[in-house]
Amino acid sequence: MCNIKPIDELKVSPIEIVNLSAKINNNLILDNISFEIPDKSITAILGPNGAGKSVLLKTINGLVPISKGKITFNSQETSEAIRKKQAMVFQTPTLLRRSVLHNMEFINSINKETNILDAKFLLKRVGLDNFYNHPARLLSGGEKQRLSLARALLLKPKLLLLDEPTTNLDPYSLKLIEDLILEESIKGTTIILTTHDMAQAKRLASNIIFINKGKVLEQTEGKVFFRKPATNEARKYLAGEILL
Amino acid sequence: MNILLEAFQQSFHLVFNFDKDLFEILFLSLRVSLVSLLLSCLIGLPLGTILAIKNFWFRDSILIIFNTMMGLPPVVVGLIVYIIISRSGPLGWMGILYTPTAMIIAQMILIIPIIVSLSAQIIEEIQLEYKNLFKSLVISSQDAVKAYLFDARYSILTVMLAGFGRAISEVGAVIIVGGNIDHLTRVMTTSIALETSKGNLSLALALGIILLLIALTVNFLLIRLKITAKRKSYV
Repeated sequence: MCNIKPIDELKVSPIEIVNLSAKINNNLILDNISFEIPDKSITAILGPNGAGKSVLLKTINGLVPISKGKITFNSQETSEAIRKKQAMVFQTPTLLRRSVLHNMEFINSINKETNILDAKFLLKRVGLDNFYNHPARLLSGGEKQRLSLARALLLKPKLLLLDEPTTNLDPYSLKLIEDLILEESIKGTTIILTTHDMAQAKRLASNIIFINKGKVLEQTEGKVFFRKPATNEARKYLAGEILL
Repeated sequence: MNILLEAFQQSFHLVFNFDKDLFEILFLSLRVSLVSLLLSCLIGLPLGTILAIKNFWFRDSILIIFNTMMGLPPVVVGLIVYIIISRSGPLGWMGILYTPTAMIIAQMILIIPIIVSLSAQIIEEIQLEYKNLFKSLVISSQDAVKAYLFDARYSILTVMLAGFGRAISEVGAVIIVGGNIDHLTRVMTTSIALETSKGNLSLALALGIILLLIALTVNFLLIRLKITAKRKSYV
């Protein structure tokens, strides 16, 4: 019997990460980590710079190869169909050398499920409806990040990966992006984000994963983590101390 | 100073009197250069794209060869093509020596390395920029290549204009394989060489001025294109 489910029915979460290790240029970045991301949750991955947060997101998205261990999506190993149900917003948005609307239309050209109306609706939602013909690479940092998120949402993902989506953004862009994240979560999208903004993690995340030096030190509920972190490293991190 | 003034007067006279011989030479120059450019792009762009996106073990060696070939001396190219297509050469049976076809082949050998090397560099740069995004979007390599070429269109046009500049101003190769035959293979550059050797300096200079005007127009277009692309941040 065939185990592969049709794409539109395909569920990509819960996500289970088992004994995962990943290397970049032969340096071990993720060291034998295991945790589970619940279905339809918002999970914040916290940790100091260089802890391996971005690499973890990229590994889940299939951009960094797995050296050891495995990642399963709703008990299935990754496949092209599963990867097509994911969308990732990078810390530094990569925008095509085209206008704002053409950046969205590019997604329509590769994803037959969406059309120009979806693209225009999302551009309006992120406050870029007056920028259709504006060259994307000339947008401000916040506008670029909003366009990048709109483009990701146009894919109608079931798993949304956000790598520090609001770093250096003004309060308007920050609020807009957070509202969109919450809306997507209500629609049933599983969301994993990395952030250094503790207030944001408190506002958004139901689930916290704290990593340091490529190891998962804590996985707990948001409320619990901020009230009573279990590890010394997490306490120091929340207090703003340097982790050695 | 007199000769310059005379040359300017003569060039205006030739252009505004629609001198039949001049326009014949001019059109042949443009035809040979444009056809060689078009054919060079048809070969060079796919080759440049493959070299930019595929990683095979002798890729770097091929790129080094094409980079070196950008500085090929035209007379050497002319000589090699001459040897190959002359009656006793391996392709002598084709009978194309002293024809515009021979001139196009020689010019293609000079332009293809420019198209390959520069387009490979441009596409490699854009590929590095888009790599993670496209991998994340799980798009096919065919769609990715289409996107690289579309988004690099301004830079590629600049490369094409650079190739055209090399072709239209070339003299060494076309004079060897074309033979500078009147009404058959005489182009702007070979005419200038001929008139100079005949001591007809003002006519040679007049032709030179017209050739410079063509080069100026090409460069003007190139700069406009660069400004537009930069303004829109498309490069």
